[in-house]
This record gives sequence, structure tokens and C-alpha cells, in this order.
Amino acid sequence: MSDQLLPDPSAPLTPSGNLRRRQLVSRAAELAATVAAVAAIAVLAIVIWTVASRGIKAIDLDFVFTGYPTRVGPMLLGTVIIALLATLIAMPIGVLIALFLTEYSGAKGARSMKLILDLLNGLPSIVLGVFVFALLVDHKQQSAFAGAVALAIIELPLIARGSQEVLLLVPGSLREASDALGVARWRSVLTVVLPTALGGIVTSTVLAVARAAGETAPLILATSNFDGKSFVLNPFEAMPNVPVWIYKLSEEGNPEGFAEAWGMSLLLVSFILFASLGARALLARSKRKLSS
Amino acid sequence: MSTASPSLARVDGRTGRMSPLRKRLDLLGDRALFGICLAAALIAAATIVLVGYQVVHGASAAISKFGFAFVYETVWQPNFGTFGAGSLLFGTAVTSAFALLLGAPIAIAIGLFLTLLAPRGVRGAVGPLVGLLAAIPSVILGFWGLLVLAPFVQAHVEPFLHSTLGFLPIFGTPETTGLSVFTASLILTIMVIPIIASISRDLFQSVPRELQDGASALGATRWEVVRGIVLPTTSSGVVAACILGLGRALGEAIAVSQVIGAGSTIQTSLFKSGDTLASRIALQFPGALTELHKSSLYYCALILLVISLAANLAANWIGRRFSYGGAVS
Repeated sequence: MSDQLLPDPSAPLTPSGNLRRRQLVSRAAELAATVAAVAAIAVLAIVIWTVASRGIKAIDLDFVFTGYPTRVGPMLLGTVIIALLATLIAMPIGVLIALFLTEYSGAKGARSMKLILDLLNGLPSIVLGVFVFALLVDHKQQSAFAGAVALAIIELPLIARGSQEVLLLVPGSLREASDALGVARWRSVLTVVLPTALGGIVTSTVLAVARAAGETAPLILATSNFDGKSFVLNPFEAMPNVPVWIYKLSEEGNPEGFAEAWGMSLLLVSFILFASLGARALLARSKRKLSS
Repeated sequence: MSTASPSLARVDGRTGRMSPLRKRLDLLGDRALFGICLAAALIAAATIVLVGYQVVHGASAAISKFGFAFVYETVWQPNFGTFGAGSLLFGTAVTSAFALLLGAPIAIAIGLFLTLLAPRGVRGAVGPLVGLLAAIPSVILGFWGLLVLAPFVQAHVEPFLHSTLGFLPIFGTPETTGLSVFTASLILTIMVIPIIASISRDLFQSVPRELQDGASALGATRWEVVRGIVLPTTSSGVVAACILGLGRALGEAIAVSQVIGAGSTIQTSLFKSGDTLASRIALQFPGALTELHKSSLYYCALILLVISLAANLAANWIGRRFSYGGAVS
């Protein structure tokens, strides 16, 4: 009898039976989760490695500064201009929406505003392309401006949400000090709150630009009628740009075009990766500074 | 900020009151700032309405010609003026469902890895890297899919699946190009994973530590803590995250159009070419033959718009209604 009640003191201290099974299941689950993470990183590494190794062959100084047939200067300039225009439209509106959320809207207003931003963020980019086509291109002509409007709609919710997060971190004591000195609200917003949050707002904007710069679907409808041979500076005509050019080359299917497309992909990806990694690091830093 | 600059509080030294001019200016300034902030908020709201209006307006010709039948008719012949989005809707549903079936478990596993398993240093590196997967522009992912993934899938994955699981009709005979519904689904899977992973990581982090520690103290293994505590408390949020991922997959146009092969019939095999709503718009809109053709593409955009708004509203509603301690952001 006592044999069954008391475990054998000389038995090794390893789990057996049911406990052993449960631990094995747990191990297997841990392994599966790790494999999933490794797989995702591997896909990222493969894509970036492919782009880098194939793209580096195409890139030299000429590649960046001159035009078609084998060079891409006009596309690069066009993408910069379109992204700048989009940011000029989206940033003021986005920051004002963030101010509206933090300063003026009550809890209820903030909730519906957040829903609107979520819906904007969820609109498929091709639908935005169709929208700007109907609004600005149909029966007129394609223009960089139309593309910029579409990209601005993509950037807007990102900038608004990012700025709102930073604005919420501005210490209440600053605001209270300003109130105690009898400063009107608009003055304290403009001279105390916004300057304190400025760093974070700018980095959120950079993140939004990095997101919008590679967007292709709206630009195909808004600004795709170009030959890529000459630099275009007028925002009210179709402007060459990197994403649409990569798309065109990939649809054409000739090997020289592919080499050029890899080169351009490398430029675009490296801009986006550096911008988003750098901005994210800066954002984390300025958030830490604000909340400490 | 220890001392306010003199310009901030210009107070009359004798009476201790602000000058009336200054008071009026401040009142005006407060109203003006509120006004433009409100205006910005209204612009955002108006944009959604305007998008809806323009798309419906553009689609009106096709709506009056085909009516609701457009949604299930499968013939799409621009030269003959007959349009139906049935096969596109089918392609959209199949590719997104496949992407979600494959991507959601992987993404949730990544979220668990990041919150429960990874050491601090690894967490700090892997989290942002998974986020970068979402930052790669779709046109580049599609280009990579066209030149690298599609040949690989065609040479290795499709023959393997066909020979082992070929008794299922969805794994039919591989085509010669590798441009297929299957390849498109894989690309969409890559796009869906970072979205679901980052939201579910945030959700898992919000699960109270005491609950998990309590379960551990009762002898639960790590997996049992996940099954018994972490997943049940966050399940509604995870569902909302999956719906958001689905919305992303449904609306992706460029990458899909590059690898799906632009077929226009419904096929049971995943290894045949197909097409989705979004990809059809991207491919045919710039060269639309007739006004009716264009209008039909607007109709496709309208269907997409309705689906994406519905998905987002659903995710929002689930997040708010059932979520543990706050909505999914």
C-alpha cells in the first residue's frame, strides 16, 4: 500500500505520463511560434536581398540623374515632387485633426473622428485612384496634382493618428503652467503644445510619406501617361514617377527593362526602409523624452 | 518653460487686467483655432462621402444597364459591351480567404512569439522587422512575385502539391507560367501577416500579467496559459485584426495584377489564372474601350468600397463591443 501512496524516492525527477505530454505540447507550440517569426523575417530578407543584389548592378551616377532609355532621373524627381505635394496637403489637415481630437472634441466626438480616420485608412488605394480620376482627371488630363491628392488621402489618417499620440504625451504641467499665466488657449496651443510635440509630429509625417511613396494603384490612374525621357516640373500634367515606371516595366517583360526596374526598386526600397526605420527610432526617442 | 516670455502674458501693470483689445484678440483666436480644427475634421469626413459619391456617380451607367445582376454574372467582354463581375468577385474571395487562412495563424503565432517567448533584445529587433514587411511597396513585392516567386512556385510548390494532394480539385495541373491564383494568394499572405501580427501583439501585451501568472502558479504550461488565458481574453480583438487584414487583401490591386495572370473565367484549380476586382480595375481602367466599360470598372470599385467599409465597420464594432479593455486601434 505505502508503495502506491509515496513516490519512489529514488526515481529521477523527470515528468512522466500526462505532465510529460503537456510539456511536449507546450514545447511544440513554442517551436511553431518561433518558426513563424523566423519565416516572416526570412521572407523579408529574401525580398530585400533579391532587390539589393539585382538592383545594385543597374545603379550608377548616370542612372540617377539622366532620363530614359536606360536612366531614371525624371521618375525620381517626379516621385519626390508628388510626395512633397501630397505632404503639403495632408500634413496641415492631419495635424489640425489631431489638435481637434486632443483639444476640442469630447470623448464622443473623438470616437466618431477615430472611426472616420479608420475608414479612410481602410479605403483600398485603387478606389482612391478611381476617385481622383473621376474628380480631377476625367474629361481633363492626368496630373501630378491628382496623384498627390490620392496620396494625401492615404497619408492623412497616418499623420493625424501619429500626431495625436504625440500631442497626448505633452505633459499636462506645461499646459497648466501656461493656463496659470493667463494665456489664452489658442496661444498656449500654438506656442507651448505644438512646439513641444513638433519633433514627434514631423517623424510621424515622415513615416506616412514612406508609406505613400511606394503607392502605385492611384498613380496608375492619375499620372501614368509619360515617356520618361524628360524632366517634368509642371504639377498639372502627367509626371513621371518611380512606382508606375516599375509597374510598366514589369508588365512589358523585356530583360533590360527588368534590370532597370530592379535598380529603381532598390532606390525606392532603401529610401522607404531608411526613412521608416530612422523615423521610428526618432519617434520612440521623442516619446520617451516627452513621457519622462 | 520656467518663465513665460513677456509676449505671452502682457498684463496691464496698474490694474492687473488684460487690455480689452488683447481680450478680444484672444477670443477671436480661440474661435479661429477651433474653427479651422473643426474644418479639418469635416474635410476628412467629407472626403469619405465624396469618394462614395464619385464612385456611385461613375458607376451609374453600369448600374442602370446591368442592375444587381452585375454582381453574379460572369461574362466580361468589353468588345461586346457585356460586363459581369461574378468571376472577379470569386477571384477576390478565393485569394483573400486563402491569404487569411494561411496568414492569420502565422501572424498570431508571431504575435505570441513577440509577447511571450522572445527575449527582450530579440523582441526589439523582430517586431520592427515584421513591420518592415508591410513597408515594402506592393509594386515591388509584385515584381518580386513575378520574377522570383512565380517561377519557384511553378517549378517546385505546385507540382509537389499536385502530386501529394492532387485528389482535391483545387490542386489541379500546374500551368507553365506560375502566374496563378495560388501565387497571388501567397503574395497577399505576405501582405496580411504584418498587419495581423502587429495588432495581435499589442492585444496580447494588454492581457493582465496577474492572470497569466495565476495560471502558471496553478501548474499550467506556457501553451496552456496561451490557450486558457491569452487567446480567450483577446479573441474578439484577434478576430477584428483578421477582418482588417482581410480588408487589406481584398483591396490590393497592383501586386495581384502582376502575378494572377488576368484570367477571366472561374476555375476550381488554384493553379489557373484568375482575376480580382481590384486587379481588374488597375489593368483595364487606363485603357478602357467605352464609357460603359469604364462605368463597369467604377461599379467594381463601388463593390470594393462597400466591402472595405463594411469590413472596417465590422472590425471597429467587434473591437469596441467585445474587446478586453479598449478597442483595437
